[in-house]
Amino acid sequence: MIQDLLHSSPGLSNFVIFFLLATVFLFVILGFVTYAILAERKVLGFMQGRYGPNQVGGRWGLLQTVADVLKLLLKEDLIPKAADRPLFILAPVVAFAPAFMVVAAIPFTDRLQFADIGVGLLYYIAVSGMTTVGILVGAWASNNKYSLLGGMRAAAQMISYEIPLVMSVLGIALLAGSINLNEIVEAQEKGWFILWQPIAFIVFFIAAVAELNRVPFDLAEAENELVAGFHTEYSGFRWAMFMLAEYVYMFAMCALITVLFLGGWLPLPFLGFIPGAVWFALKFSLVVFILIWFRATFPRIRADQLMEFAWKVLLPVALANIFLTALLKEFLNIF
Amino acid sequence: MELLNVYQNNYLIVFVFLCLGILLPVVALFAARLLRPPYKPIESKYTTYESGIEPFHDSRVQFNVRYYVFALMFVIFDVETVFLYPWAVAYEKLGIFALVEMLIFVVMLLIGLIYAWKKKVLKWI
Repeated sequence: MIQDLLHSSPGLSNFVIFFLLATVFLFVILGFVTYAILAERKVLGFMQGRYGPNQVGGRWGLLQTVADVLKLLLKEDLIPKAADRPLFILAPVVAFAPAFMVVAAIPFTDRLQFADIGVGLLYYIAVSGMTTVGILVGAWASNNKYSLLGGMRAAAQMISYEIPLVMSVLGIALLAGSINLNEIVEAQEKGWFILWQPIAFIVFFIAAVAELNRVPFDLAEAENELVAGFHTEYSGFRWAMFMLAEYVYMFAMCALITVLFLGGWLPLPFLGFIPGAVWFALKFSLVVFILIWFRATFPRIRADQLMEFAWKVLLPVALANIFLTALLKEFLNIF
Repeated sequence: MELLNVYQNNYLIVFVFLCLGILLPVVALFAARLLRPPYKPIESKYTTYESGIEPFHDSRVQFNVRYYVFALMFVIFDVETVFLYPWAVAYEKLGIFALVEMLIFVVMLLIGLIYAWKKKVLKWI
């Protein structure tokens, strides 16, 4: 049915159908965010020998995040006098919209996906870069010293780590001969790219954690020096939009890592009878779990180490990996 | 024609996602305005947070030039990736000659990186 729809000429009716489907998908993502936050708190709790949320919604605290969201909806909405009002209101929207846009390009199974864009990978990287603008606008508009420091740090960090992120994926583009995400997954029939591209995987994973502003790279919102970083002045649901953007990015980035390195919906050998969607969900959950595990394990790294690590270690390694891959491909003819 | 339709439909989906991405914050903030109880905070709540002291002078001060230099470096290397992507995709057809060419191109940019390194631009203080 979707195939017929895709082949029909685009018009208003197509727009409406896509809009309804995307709305359903938006609620799926919101559900993921709700339970990702709960899972994060639970896992962190168990790793630190605590229980985590266990009051609201039964023994597992299943309604804790729902209650939190409702509470945030009822919070008072403060805009400081000194703030730049229009930009202050605009910033959460600018930060959130690209976070949701990037999810459009990700294939979940061979049939379940929204936009099959020829330059899917490039689209993801280009659109995700726009969030930096939202963060910087929010930091600037707050007219708060902590915010501005946090925003500048966030921008410097995100643009620095974007370089190794894009460079490491080039090895995959070389092997797959395409930057369409579907074709990249299909190219992994001969073995997942985590096996063929271990260096790229490590560089990409580190850069991805830094792009997500998560521990150990959460300098933009280092609580003990910057209060809350770029969203110090944000309260209520405006603040929630920034948090939402962060977790939707986590969803998108974990899905992208699954697609690029872990073979997307492809099954392990001899286990092909399990449907692709289950495989995707399993790999995806594993990546999310590793991100949460990172948060419980690593201390925050220092600002100077952070920047030097991106330019002096990750970038040369990623560049070397590109040419190593090209040479291997030329002489071994694996792909 | 068929292909053009598929192409346009795919970007229509991207546009739909853009609309939804803007609509969700708007709707959520509007719903929050309707739901929360009517309440006017006291005047001092509208001051900027500065660890409990009265905020002094504007916080938009001049910034370290270092941030600007990093932004410049970002532009240089991001443009480099723009050239690398088409090469990587078409590598199978281009072969070893293009590899050598690309190597020369990247080495020239690497010299720039090493120069910046030696000039202590990459050092974050």
